[in-house]
Formats: sequence, C-alpha cells, structure tokens
Amino acid sequence: MIKGLATSQHLVHLSSVDIVIIVFYFALVLAIGFYLRGRANTGEDFFMAGREMTAWVAGLSFLSANLGALELMGWAGSAYQYGILATHWYWIGAIPAMLFLALVMMPFYYISKTHSVPGYLKLRFGEASRALSAVSFAFMTVLMSGVNMFAMAKVMQIVLGWPLSFSIWVSSLTVAIYVALGGLRSAIFNEVLQFFLIWAGALLIPILGLYEAGGWAHLKVLIAQRASAEYVHLWSGLGSFGTNPMGINWVGIVFGLGAIISMGYWTTDFLVVQRILAAKDMRSAQLAPIIGAGFKMFVPIIVILPGLLGLGLLPMKLTGEADALLTGGHSYNDVLPLMLARYCGPGLLGLGVTALIAGFMSGMAGNVSAFTTVWTYDIYRALINKKGSDAHYVSMGRWTTVIGVLISVGTAYLVMRSASIMDYVQALFSFFIAPLFGTVILGMLWKRATAAGAFWGLFLGTLSSIGMWVSVKVDPSALAYVALSSKAKPMAQDMFQALWAFVICVVVTVVVSLMTKPKPDAELEGLVYGLTPIPSLKGISMFQKPIFWAAVVTVIFVGLNIIFW
Amino acid sequence: MAKREISIWFFIGISLLVNGAIICAAGIYQYLYPPIEKVVLFDTHAGIWWGAVLFLCGLLYCLKFPPRRTAN
Repeated sequence: MIKGLATSQHLVHLSSVDIVIIVFYFALVLAIGFYLRGRANTGEDFFMAGREMTAWVAGLSFLSANLGALELMGWAGSAYQYGILATHWYWIGAIPAMLFLALVMMPFYYISKTHSVPGYLKLRFGEASRALSAVSFAFMTVLMSGVNMFAMAKVMQIVLGWPLSFSIWVSSLTVAIYVALGGLRSAIFNEVLQFFLIWAGALLIPILGLYEAGGWAHLKVLIAQRASAEYVHLWSGLGSFGTNPMGINWVGIVFGLGAIISMGYWTTDFLVVQRILAAKDMRSAQLAPIIGAGFKMFVPIIVILPGLLGLGLLPMKLTGEADALLTGGHSYNDVLPLMLARYCGPGLLGLGVTALIAGFMSGMAGNVSAFTTVWTYDIYRALINKKGSDAHYVSMGRWTTVIGVLISVGTAYLVMRSASIMDYVQALFSFFIAPLFGTVILGMLWKRATAAGAFWGLFLGTLSSIGMWVSVKVDPSALAYVALSSKAKPMAQDMFQALWAFVICVVVTVVVSLMTKPKPDAELEGLVYGLTPIPSLKGISMFQKPIFWAAVVTVIFVGLNIIFW
Repeated sequence: MAKREISIWFFIGISLLVNGAIICAAGIYQYLYPPIEKVVLFDTHAGIWWGAVLFLCGLLYCLKFPPRRTAN
C-alpha cells in the first residue's frame, strides 16, 4: 500500500470493507438523530438537552466538540514540524483553563441558569454586551464552520480522492438532519460516539509506531538524528525565541497561550461551554470539564505522537504546503494519513478515515448547535421577536440549524473561489476570544464592574486585536513590536496579540467601571463572586468531590510536564 | 405506558461491536490470503487483535447498557 503512494493521485485507497465501515457510521449517527427526535419538543430539550446530561456524557462531549479532524491532522503536522512543543496546546494550553472553568467559573454559569455565554453577559451587564458578543459569535461560528467544511473536503480530496462537493454535501446534510431532529441532545450523543470512534481509529498508529521505532527512547534518538534533540523537549528550549523550532519563548506560552488564549477558548467559547451547561446538576457541571481535562491530557498520544513517529520513521521528508505543491511531495499536514496508510490494512483504514470524518462532524455539529442557540435566544428572541411561544422558538431552532448549515456550505464554496478568505475568517475568530474572557472573568469576580465598563472593554479589546493583526499584515516587521522581540516568528503573534488584547480589555473595563455607577448588590446575586451562595458538597465522599479530581488531574499534568521537560 | 429507552453507551457498544467484527474478519481474511502489497508490520496482524479488542469492548457495553423499558 505504501508503494502505491508515490504514484497515486491520493494518499490512500479504500477497499469495500472500509466503505462498509464508513457507511455504517453514517447510518448510526442518523439513527441516533431519528431516535432522539421525540425528545426535543421544548426549548429546554432542544437547546439545552433538557439539562439532564451526566458528568461523563457532558465531559466527553465537551472534549469531542473540540476534537475536529483538522485539529487532529493539523497538530500532527505541527508535531512533525515543531516537535513535542505542539503538546503545549494540549497541556498548558488546555488543562489549567478546563480546571479553572470547573472550579471557578462554572458555579456562576450554572447557578445563573443562563442558556449561553452571551446570555450570562445579559444578566450581568445588560443588553449591549450581550448583543455585541452574540452577533460576533453567531457570525463567526457559522463562517468558521464553512471554512472547516471546505478544509475537510480538501483533505478528503487529497487523502481519498473524493470530489469536494461530495464531501461537503454528504457531511453537512447528515449533521443538519441529526441536529435539527434531536437538537443539542442529538449533537451531544453523537459527539460521545465520535469520541470513541476517534480513539478506536487513531490509537493503533502510536501503538504500532512505537513498536516499529523500538520504544520512546529509541524514537528520541531517531528524531535527534533527523531533526534536532530539541524536538523532544517541552520547556528546555523556551528560554528565548531563537532556541526552539517554533520561534516563541516561555512568556508567550505561559501567559499568552496558557493564561489568555486557552482561558478564553475553554471558558467563554460557547461552542464548548454549551455542553457543560447541559449537565444535570451543579456537581456534574463541575466534574464534566475535569473529566474532559483528564482525557485531554492523553490526546497527544493520538495526535502529537503520530507526528513525532512520522518525523522519526517516514522515509520521505515532509515540507510546507507551498513546497509540497512545487515539488509534488507531501506536506506536514499529510503526516497522519501517511501513518494511517503505513500501518492500516482493510477495515482498519476504514476505521481511521471514519475517525477523521467523525472528528469533522463533531466539530461541525458543535458549531451548528451553538449557533442555533445563540441566534434563537440571544439575537432573535432578544432583538427581533420577544413574544414568541416556546414551540415557536423550537421551530426557529430547527430551521436555524438547516439555514446555518446552508450558510456554512455557502461559505465553503466562497472559500473554494478565493482561498485567502480562509485566513481572514480564521483570524477574525481569534479577535474576540481574549477580550471576551477579560469581560466575563471581571464580571464574575469583581462586583464593581459596570455595564459601560464591560461594553467598552470588550469593544476596545477586540478593536486592538484587529489593529495589531492588520499592522502585522501590512508590515510584517511590526511583529517585533507586538511580541517584543525581533526574533519572534508568526506563531508568537497569536500569543502576544491575545495577551495585549486581554490587558487592554481589562484596563478599559476597570477604568470605565470606576467612572460609572455599579449595579446594587441585590441585582448581582447568583452572578458574582461573594454574592452567590455556592451549594455545599458536605456529606459526600472525597472521591465524589470535583476538587479532589481536579487535584488528581493537576498532579498528573505537572508530572507529565516534568517528564518531558 | 412503557417506553423503550436506549442509552448512549448502548449505541457506542453497537458501534464498537460491529466495527470490531468487520475489522477482525478482514484481518483473518488477510492472514489466510496475504495481499501482494503489504502494510508495514503486516506480520503483527493488527486487524485481528485490534478488531477483537473493539469487539469485546463493544460486547461489554451492549451487555452492561442494554435498552430498557421505562414508565412514560
């Protein structure tokens, strides 16, 4: 099979057994959607899955909504390109934020009974902040979904030779059907199924790869010979911008990625937070992100390790996309499919491809269900039709699901005509994350924060982020000012841009809040630290307490960072 | 009136069970009739044992979380 790679137009060839596995997957996700259609008749059922998910279901869904196929392939490619440094996006770039969400922020989200993150902003700061964050979130979510759809179809074209339109329509219509029928519950159930399929399809690569390499110790030797010994160290090369393959330093990783970007994404991006809000009680809502964090720590086994194994074992040298196009070779992003084709025969290959499709569909279902909720509750009900019945809003939710998918398909075709749109949309999404985290966290922890402070902090924080991005786009040398170093590489831009946008948001919010009149304490009960009675966990065993499992995850997290220092 | 309730874990069990059976069967076929172009580490017959592992996990989930009837 590997021999065929050099001469074929696509990376892998599927047998009839592989096709059966893929078709069975599509049949099963649709069956789940049809089975759940009778359990999505009220707004609470359709948009919040009845708020009856267990901690395990909510936690795995929380993680799965983020485990997109592009994420799997992209980070495997980054591991090939930058080495084990890519693991930071799974460990310091996720674990502290997930634990922070569980222990600090979730009580306010859950007790306020909000249905969305913009919904919390409405309760805490009023309509202006909600409108700003809801419109930007809805707009960007549906566009991002389209961009991901195009990128995934492109991957399927390169890997399997499938036509772009075939991949786009089959996957998007399937997602539209099962989410429109069963609402958030259907999306969550399918995400849990997809989580298992991703592991079942991808775990064999690191097992066989490590066997072929002769174990981790020998793989490190192979990588040192083919690239550099720095490729297998997490922290030792981060003393300065010039001593690691990524061109970033520890300040950017710890403060930009760990403290701002990941906090913003995992605690305020409604795409993931919505899964936790569907938990059946407060303890489950707190345990769910901790369960997600526990599994997240091990995702590098199926994402980063295959990239490192590719670096150590593949006979060919992978390059960037532009060089790959010029030379007819393979790019970094092809490493995961290449490793799949290296070890997987009929059946296993089908399961591996199903894992990629499942990853894509779980991400898309996450986008669509979050978009549907924000559009219906935070835009349509808040700004257009305040007096509709519950049945009317459920109907609006079902139609919005279909329309959201169609807009995503339209965006995918737009990107097909002009690839540069993809860069702009991806950049746009990152503008809102860091300032939104600043606004939400101040709202939860500082009762003096006012509506005017929140609005102007969010607005100017976002504006500053856009300003920095445009200035680097116009004059790439401006990156030296954003990242405070002339040796900084593009990867450092996101980290420092987020850091500054967060700082500006917080400073503006604090200054404007101190100049304006705060809400009386009575109006902030259930929304702000110090004014929210947290339900007591007395009487339950230590092993049932979120804080215990958060401590366990923290110990493993610290241990892993020390082992791979 | 009783209503049939299917747990998400049962769906996962079915998925692992069916995929495991197909992969294991395909692995056994390849063992009996080896292809000309082989994958790397073909001799480990990963399809057989990985398919068997998935099948057993699926079976476990199906038995532990079977569909049940609940009062409506």
